[in-house]
Amino acid sequence: MNPVLDTIGAVFLLLGAMLCFAASVGLVRFPDVLTRMHAATKPQTLGLLFVVAGVAFSLQNFQALGILLLVAILQLLTAPVAAHMVSRTAYRTGQVREDLLTEDDLADDLAAAGFQLVTGDEDEADGEDGRPSV
Amino acid sequence: MSVASVIIMIGVCFLAGAMVMTLIRMSRGPSTLDRVVAADVVVAVVIAALAMEASMNHHTTTIPIMLVLSLLGFAGSLSMARFVADRDKAKKWDVPSSSPTKSERGGSGT
Repeated sequence: MNPVLDTIGAVFLLLGAMLCFAASVGLVRFPDVLTRMHAATKPQTLGLLFVVAGVAFSLQNFQALGILLLVAILQLLTAPVAAHMVSRTAYRTGQVREDLLTEDDLADDLAAAGFQLVTGDEDEADGEDGRPSV
Repeated sequence: MSVASVIIMIGVCFLAGAMVMTLIRMSRGPSTLDRVVAADVVVAVVIAALAMEASMNHHTTTIPIMLVLSLLGFAGSLSMARFVADRDKAKKWDVPSSSPTKSERGGSGT
């Protein structure tokens, strides 16, 4: 147990924890789904890499290093897929605040491809303010 | 009490605050997608907490749990976004020729 490497690992773990804290502040204070996703994806990739590096520095163990590399690679592969699906569903169901956007190229492309924004899909259409009831 | 333990304790305080605020968003979040995003952050915070525990006590018991959690969070948020979250909205992008009132419910791929 090298104390210098322990301290380096603890500093990396602290950086990861601070990224988690920043993401939660963004989750509470940002206005809609896309901006909250912008905050929430920081601890999923960079924060997880910091945490994995911190554990690898403090354990100094090659078996653990293999599994930690697997954790990092799998998270880097799967986090963009999940974020893509969430943002796609958010846009396609109209849960984006258009007054906060400066450019909306996807609306033009969807309109050119034959889609249009259909309202009143549900019978209990109480979403006049752009918020679902549940 | 070494320097590393003190730094890890400060990190645990940050993680506790992060978990509290993320759970606030998960309970208040106006749509299902907000809750899905908050659940992803909860998984990240739990992974960081397990890593801090492993680093503090110098054991490798919780490392496979980190591996499982990093895959489970992906599967959960993906299936929620794909199959559940587009039901609770009265306005959506759709092809208008396919009678947009009820026929889209059958899971025809968009």
